[in-house]
Amino acid sequence: MFGDYSLSDLGAIFAMQGFAGLILFSVYVLMALGLAIIFGQMGVINMAHGEFMILGAYVTWMTSSAFQQYLPALFPGYFFVAMSLAFVASGALGMLVEWALIRHLYKRPLDTLLATWGLSLILQQAYRSVFGAREVGVELPEWMMGSWQATDAIQIPINGMFVMGLTVLITIVVAYVLFWSRWGRQVRAVVQNRVMAGAVGINTEKVDRYTFGLGCGIAGIAGSAFTMIGSTGPTAGQLYIVDTFLVVVFGGAASLVGTIASAFTISQAQSTMEFFLSGSMAKVLTLLAIVAILMMRPQGLFALKVRK
Amino acid sequence: MSDEKKPGLKSPLRRKLLMGMAALPAISMLPRASFAEAPATSAVNTTGLAVTDSEVTVGILHSVTGTMAISETGSVEAEKLAIEQINAAGGVLGRKIKFIQEDGASDWPTFAEKAKKLLVNDKCAAVMGCWTSASRKAVLPVFEQYNGMLYYPTFYEGLEQSKNVIYTGQEATQQIIAGLDWVNKTKGAKTFYLLGSDYIWPRTSNKIARKHIEGHLQGAKVVGEEYFPLGHTQFNSVINKIKLTKPDVIYAIIVGGSNVAFYKQLKAAGIDLSKQTLLTISVTEDEIDGIGGENIAGAYACMKYFQSLDNPNNKAFVSAFKKMWGEKTVIGDVTQAAYLGPWLWKLTVEKAGSFDIDKVAAASPGVEFKGAPEGYVRIHENHHLWSKTRVGRAKADGQYELIYETADLVEPDPFPKGYQ
Repeated sequence: MFGDYSLSDLGAIFAMQGFAGLILFSVYVLMALGLAIIFGQMGVINMAHGEFMILGAYVTWMTSSAFQQYLPALFPGYFFVAMSLAFVASGALGMLVEWALIRHLYKRPLDTLLATWGLSLILQQAYRSVFGAREVGVELPEWMMGSWQATDAIQIPINGMFVMGLTVLITIVVAYVLFWSRWGRQVRAVVQNRVMAGAVGINTEKVDRYTFGLGCGIAGIAGSAFTMIGSTGPTAGQLYIVDTFLVVVFGGAASLVGTIASAFTISQAQSTMEFFLSGSMAKVLTLLAIVAILMMRPQGLFALKVRK
Repeated sequence: MSDEKKPGLKSPLRRKLLMGMAALPAISMLPRASFAEAPATSAVNTTGLAVTDSEVTVGILHSVTGTMAISETGSVEAEKLAIEQINAAGGVLGRKIKFIQEDGASDWPTFAEKAKKLLVNDKCAAVMGCWTSASRKAVLPVFEQYNGMLYYPTFYEGLEQSKNVIYTGQEATQQIIAGLDWVNKTKGAKTFYLLGSDYIWPRTSNKIARKHIEGHLQGAKVVGEEYFPLGHTQFNSVINKIKLTKPDVIYAIIVGGSNVAFYKQLKAAGIDLSKQTLLTISVTEDEIDGIGGENIAGAYACMKYFQSLDNPNNKAFVSAFKKMWGEKTVIGDVTQAAYLGPWLWKLTVEKAGSFDIDKVAAASPGVEFKGAPEGYVRIHENHHLWSKTRVGRAKADGQYELIYETADLVEPDPFPKGYQ
């Protein structure tokens, strides 16, 4: 396969391919983080995760249009505003959904699956009615487009690096919030023993609501970031949901480290195989490998050690 | 049945007088044939279709909910515009067109069910509808069993022909061969990298493209061919492969949301479409709306219609479309093809002098539509359209600039010999 190419060509390609894998890894982590929090900490399977992401994308689109119209001078920086607004909008919707729907179903995990699936259909149709059935094009500031010329032959996409940076930042923040903050300790206490947590004075309902809101808010940020690399339409959320679940389930539901490790494994396998095989074939092989591993290790890569 | 005949029993004289009076001011503007000689219903409708003395019912069957709503919305809009214009010009055989719209909901069994409803319950004289090949395949047996007439707007892979379907979009060879010849001749392209979404249309189209490249273009070869699952959003790996193989032409048949991801990532990876030739047959002005003109500027597309075509028919069509559906709407190839449906049906019915399906099907070959926005089209014996093929270049404002068009109409050939 590589006989015809010079060594420097190959070196450049492998360097770019390495980055392609890392970018895919960041995308997976960003997609899965919100779901992992909700699924891992609350045991709720949120089928509407993709729609929360798309809400973030639409917020970004609206922000970009607003900046173009009213504040064209600040347009280069609008993306940061858009991401914050996306977090707020998706998070607020998430808390509303938790209050109206999810909290009634905590004792019936399978019903949350159905309820959130229904919610995803409702949201899709709502986007279609409000924003139209067609995809919208989100315009990016000039500095976020194009690529960074590392050497003559190596070009790294700027938006890919942006996603990588964002992923690292959000992961650190989430880890800090969950493991070192007072609120994070409350969340983990509720996860481990809801009744005892309530007995020592933790407002478990409030913790649930904020946890769900945080997960959805992060989905919103992810959706906002993905306007750089993907499409924004009423059903675009469906494009991400399968991969997202794959990452979370493979990593072990209740573990952030597991999510990250699993995103890394899947993305590297996927991008390497895509390079050597065709796109569809790579996907098939990745899925097969995951199925095989999950058969041997149903709890996923990393699982909480609990006494049964 | 009895309900349908009632209007005919009411004083026919009074009705005619009223119609005449209402139409008086418009008489000078209308072609004479439009209502002056509206023939009796019993003569033009012998098979019990929903035709009365003043109305004829047709169906519109597209997805306005679900994934495909993105694409099919434009078709619905174009068909409604055509129907409105036909009615304003006097209708079909003196009868106004009334339409019943059903939603296929992006679900193929639903399409079949709704098609049956339109044919069996509503007795539609014709149905404008479907978009994906899957939905067409789902309704085809229904149209053949209940003898209906379908006007199908999308460019598609060919390998099909039915008495009950008129294909107003191009079949694959019409769209592919002229474009490949052009890029080979004017760009001297020798190496091609074929890409596609993983389903029947891109695969069949790329098969035809490969046969043509390897068999008919001197010294040309395919250096890569790849397919991605529908909805795939990560193209960095294949972009690296393209960088490694440095093909003269990237030939892309990617559809839906994947399109957006592909072109955004192509641009981000530093592939400059003003230097790298990219030829696509799947990106119309509709798709560019989602992709963003700045991300695809410089790419070439090969199809039969662009919104920017400079001819009087098209100018009138574009301004009527925008007037009806808003200044911001764009018109892609399929939207224009959908607009042809009602017009071709009207012309065929008037040629046949009857709404009967069998007579319409038999009269279809040879029907010409000189008012088509794309210029001129004619129905072939195989129920596809003779049409020109054009190459356009995408501009940052989301429109195509016409670069090349075939001198003659290209013959539709749904079962191409040597390409299967």
